Amino acid sequence: MNRALDAGQSLALRRLLEAGLPLLARPYQHLAQQIGAEEQQVLAQVQQWQQHGLFRRLGLVLNHRALGYTANAMLVLDIPDALIDEVGQRLGREPQVSLCYQRPRRLPQWRYNLFCMVHGRQRERVEAQITALLERHLLSDLPYQILFSTQAFKQCGGRFAPASHGACPHG
Amino acid sequence: MDELDRRLINRLQLGLPLVPQPWQVLAAELGSSSQQLRERLQRLLDDGSLTRFGPMFDIERLGGAFTLAALTVPEARFEAVAATLAAMPEVAHNYRREHAWNMWFVLACASPEALDDALQRIHQRTGLAPLNLPKEETYHVGLYFSL
Repeated sequence: MNRALDAGQSLALRRLLEAGLPLLARPYQHLAQQIGAEEQQVLAQVQQWQQHGLFRRLGLVLNHRALGYTANAMLVLDIPDALIDEVGQRLGREPQVSLCYQRPRRLPQWRYNLFCMVHGRQRERVEAQITALLERHLLSDLPYQILFSTQAFKQCGGRFAPASHGACPHG
Repeated sequence: MDELDRRLINRLQLGLPLVPQPWQVLAAELGSSSQQLRERLQRLLDDGSLTRFGPMFDIERLGGAFTLAALTVPEARFEAVAATLAAMPEVAHNYRREHAWNMWFVLACASPEALDDALQRIHQRTGLAPLNLPKEETYHVGLYFSL
């Protein structure tokens, strides 16, 4: 059994990981050298953080617009309060819906309380997917709007920002 | 970008195995070499196709405060207001959308107080009142871009 990292090493490791994982054959060995620990200690700490849900996975943030995902729709719906959990869960299970959240209404300026992101390469196709989705779930008669993004001004920044988060792109 | 790049990106979106030599595992899966995969990934990061490789922290578990907010910006001022927001470290990303609420951005702060403060500063600096729409319930988070 490896000794756990001390508090200072653990904090230093988290700071290093905020910058990303080094692109080396043995990344944890490299991180361990930087904080004066053993490779196995670092790996055990990273595994523990993942088990505890501090991060979901070691993965990627894509510049999805640069990679061709330029038709990115925010579908917003006005769902009766009594139905929103059920509808949110159903829409969230649809493969085209990448993010699905409840947000507050701000009457009179804003009536929509359910937000779904649908990312795609072609606007017409995304529109057709959303139309079919609404019909399948018998939602076509409820008030809704589709807000396509047309320009990205800033993608990810700031220490607490979703730069390190899988669910970054709203556009 | 070739077929190996695409397969690498698709595979890495599912997560890198937590083992001492993760690239060996991926090289075996993808029929490549550990060295070649790292070179590919570095190039995709360098050319801006990817913006980050590493742990996808659960931002809420880190103890921050977040919201999605929107502004109705007059067309003539759009670029200027976007620049004002871009200069604020709390603004994580910002998109123009086709709607009367035409500017949509995510604010990420260390605390709820800092978030309120950032919203007030945006109001003061732009003269525009932000629509503040913090998340109340998460039904699904599953971002995956198939390449």
